[in-house]
Parts: sequence; C-alpha cells; structure tokens
Amino acid sequence: MFDLTGKCALVTGASGGIGGAIAEALHKAGATVALSGTREAPLQELAAKLGERAHVVTANLGDAESLAALPTAAAEAMGGLDILVNNAGITRDNLFMRMSDDEWAQVLDVNLSSVFKLSRGVLRGMMKARWGRIINITSVVGATGNPGQGNYAAAKAGVVGMSKSLAYEVASRGITVNCVAPGFIATAMTEKLNDEQKAKISGQIPSGRMGTPEEIAAAVLYLASPEAGYVTGATLHVNGGMAMV
Amino acid sequence: MSDIADRVKKIVVEHLGVDEDKVVEAASFIDDLGADSLDTVELVMAFEEEFGIEIPDDAAETIQTVGDAVNFIKGAV
Repeated sequence: MFDLTGKCALVTGASGGIGGAIAEALHKAGATVALSGTREAPLQELAAKLGERAHVVTANLGDAESLAALPTAAAEAMGGLDILVNNAGITRDNLFMRMSDDEWAQVLDVNLSSVFKLSRGVLRGMMKARWGRIINITSVVGATGNPGQGNYAAAKAGVVGMSKSLAYEVASRGITVNCVAPGFIATAMTEKLNDEQKAKISGQIPSGRMGTPEEIAAAVLYLASPEAGYVTGATLHVNGGMAMV
Repeated sequence: MSDIADRVKKIVVEHLGVDEDKVVEAASFIDDLGADSLDTVELVMAFEEEFGIEIPDDAAETIQTVGDAVNFIKGAV
C-alpha cells in the first residue's frame, strides 16, 4: 500500500526484534535501508536476507565519536537519508532507591541524548530536500510509568517532548517527527518470561495477547510514507489497548 | 558589486523568494526580507556550501543583514 521507492532509511537497533522488523517493512516497501547496531553479525545476517538495497553501518550509540559519525556514514552508504528511525534502546532496570547515577546516565544517554544527536545530524539533508521523516520508538511506559524503570520511562517521555518541539520547528520544511509507542511486544527479551508471567501480562491487555514486531513496523511504515505527510508531533500507541492515552 | 556580493544576493533571492532590488546591503534578513529564524539557519547553511567555508554559531548570530553576510564571507574565503 505504501511506496517508499527511492527513499533511504536509517534504522538504529536493527539487530533487535522490533528494529529488524522495521527495517524489513521499510525495505519491502521499496526503501534502501541502513542497518545500524552494535553487533555486526546479526546485522550482516539481516542484510543478506534482505538482499539489494541493504547496508550495514555499525555504531555504538553510547560512544560519542561513533554516534557523531553515523548520519554521514549512513548517508554515504545509501546515497542519501530521508527517513530516520530511532529505535535503539537499552534498559538498566532498578528500583528508584537503588538506582545508581550510572544506570540513570546510561539509559538517558542512549535512549534520549542519542536520539537528539542523531536527529540533529540528519536535519541538514532533510531541510535541503524539503522532505524528511523522523520516527522515534518510545514506549507505553513513557506515558504510564513503570516500577523499576524510572530511568527508561523518563527517557521515553523525554523523547516525546523533544519530538513535539522539533516537529514545530521543521513542519514548514516538509519534515515530520513522530513517535511510535509499543506496549508489550513478543521479542527475544519477552521470550525469557515464563508462562505464568506471560499470562499475567496478557491479562492486563484488552487484546489478550502480546503484540508482534511486525505490528510496530506497520505503524512506522505508515508514518514514513508520503501519505502521512500531515501527521506530525504525534505518538501512535500500539499496545493492544493496555493504555488508551 | 563584487562577485561574492552577487552570489550572496542570488542565494538570498532564491531562498527567501524576494525581489532582487530589495536585497540591498543594509537589508535585514528578518526585519526587511521576511525571514524567520529557521530561514536564517538555512541561509547560513547555503552560504557555507556556496563558498566552502565554515560559519560557527557565534559568528552566524552576528550576520543580520546582507552586508554582514558579504563581509563575513569576504573575511573567511
């Protein structure tokens, strides 16, 4: 339905379940994709699976130099950069009273500051092209909070406020900035949960099940499409109804 | 007008869509030529590219008029 032929998309955290599905969906719609992540092997594997129009650009978003080089490296590999999907994220869960400065700083660094820096890095090209899409993957917990995730929730909520501010600034240049907020998604991370834990989670979700990475990717694909040009500053919640915000 | 001034003028006319005769040395981008703050950022970007120079943020803030731009670029190229 959505055609991204000729568009170039950088997806961070593409070695993860959600990031991989996003890259695959954008690629399937015709986009050239740059797959970014810290581990090269799974990225190469995904690139091989996608075939043409897929490039691997490794980067460690916790490292300032690596982060600063990423927009240019991706644009050079693809011949442009029209779509940025800030999907990479880490967790360092701990109870608030036990959370170290380091756990707080690491999560804020990768999940919030790197989104700011990458977005700033891609804006020049998008401004010149008078077209661009920045899509930030946040989380339902940015809106609802979650015990043990004070750092993660703060970063995700921060991304929402940042996205809205940037959306104001660049709307007149044909650039949209939006967020997709997943709820519980079945990935390698949630596979570790036992059946009882899974049943408990599903019990809190009106849909009665966890979401799939493909269901997040579909939301990203829509926001990346030319058809979504009038949608900006929005957060699309994809959570089976577990939080209707 | 010097070559630099002509090239600056051309960029301003193209970017802001204003009449050429309005782009005089004393014309302020924001007050006289209708630029918003984002336009001024884009103009600086365009100057950097056209002349192959780097305009640091603190210098960019001092470039308010067409003449300011021409003078800065003359000193930088």
